[in-house]
Amino acid sequence: MNFANWHDFLYMGGHYLFVWSAYGIGVVGIVITLARPLRARRRFFADQAQRLRRQSLGAERADASRSS
Amino acid sequence: MGALKTLWHRLGSPRWFFEISGPWAIGALILGLIGIAVGLVWGLAIAPPDYLQGNSFRIMYMHVPAAILSESCYILMGLAGAVLLIWRMKLADMVVAAAAPIGAVFCVIALLTGAIWGRPTWGTWWVWDARTTSVLVLLFLYFGVMALRQAVPREESAGRAAAILAVVGTVDIPIIKYSVDWWLTLHQPSTFKLTAAPSMPPEMYLPLLVSVLGFYAFFFGVLLFAVGNEILVREQRTQWVNDLVRSRLR
Repeated sequence: MNFANWHDFLYMGGHYLFVWSAYGIGVVGIVITLARPLRARRRFFADQAQRLRRQSLGAERADASRSS
Repeated sequence: MGALKTLWHRLGSPRWFFEISGPWAIGALILGLIGIAVGLVWGLAIAPPDYLQGNSFRIMYMHVPAAILSESCYILMGLAGAVLLIWRMKLADMVVAAAAPIGAVFCVIALLTGAIWGRPTWGTWWVWDARTTSVLVLLFLYFGVMALRQAVPREESAGRAAAILAVVGTVDIPIIKYSVDWWLTLHQPSTFKLTAAPSMPPEMYLPLLVSVLGFYAFFFGVLLFAVGNEILVREQRTQWVNDLVRSRLR
């Protein structure tokens, strides 16, 4: 460990603003990169499931009106 | 050679690629996130401070991997663009589409962390020198590829237009790479060289190496996953995607 305590670690020899803002930006970028495709995948399956449900519902209605 | 030929033909099947790439995407993502976490914590807390820059040099462990990946991602996108233009492989178009936003984010990280690092080190947030300007051009190339895909109405023409820009834009990569050698610049030369030992002691470059490898694994994981999304959207009316949706409903 290079730092003696938490304060020294967070203080970064006075460069805390630069170091921590740079890491903050990097972490936000990594999270965005990861979250975008994960959300797109979830949304795709939700949309497609809804479409399939609508289709099968439509087919059932067509069957019902034909038999009556 | 025969196996390579079979692989090439199989790449023409989006369904095959989707099924084979799924586990690789998840594995690379997990490995990448672990690598990034280890590399960054190592660089932040354990590596010794630079004798000249003090602790601000720790920005390197975020800045350098993001910069390397923004270039590697563009090279991959340019290659995929060339494959699309020459062989009209649909998968290549999906790789271009999936890679552009990922590379753009890495490029933004590289530029912003570079500016933040520049302030205490060079005394300025930004200089219009060869390295910084050529990386800014790279960001605009990414935006251009993304914008072309959105702006051209016919999907096939959009893919070809984006592929042409991706291929032409690769001329920026050697300019970025050699900018620190060709021109007088504030930016320091490369940390890692294939032909020589790193210019840093191991306790400084090992965490950087771990971070870079972690970023690579993370990138390939996200890229494969995003290409999977492209496949699903384009094949959404096919039987196998419908079956997949139904199997997830139960």
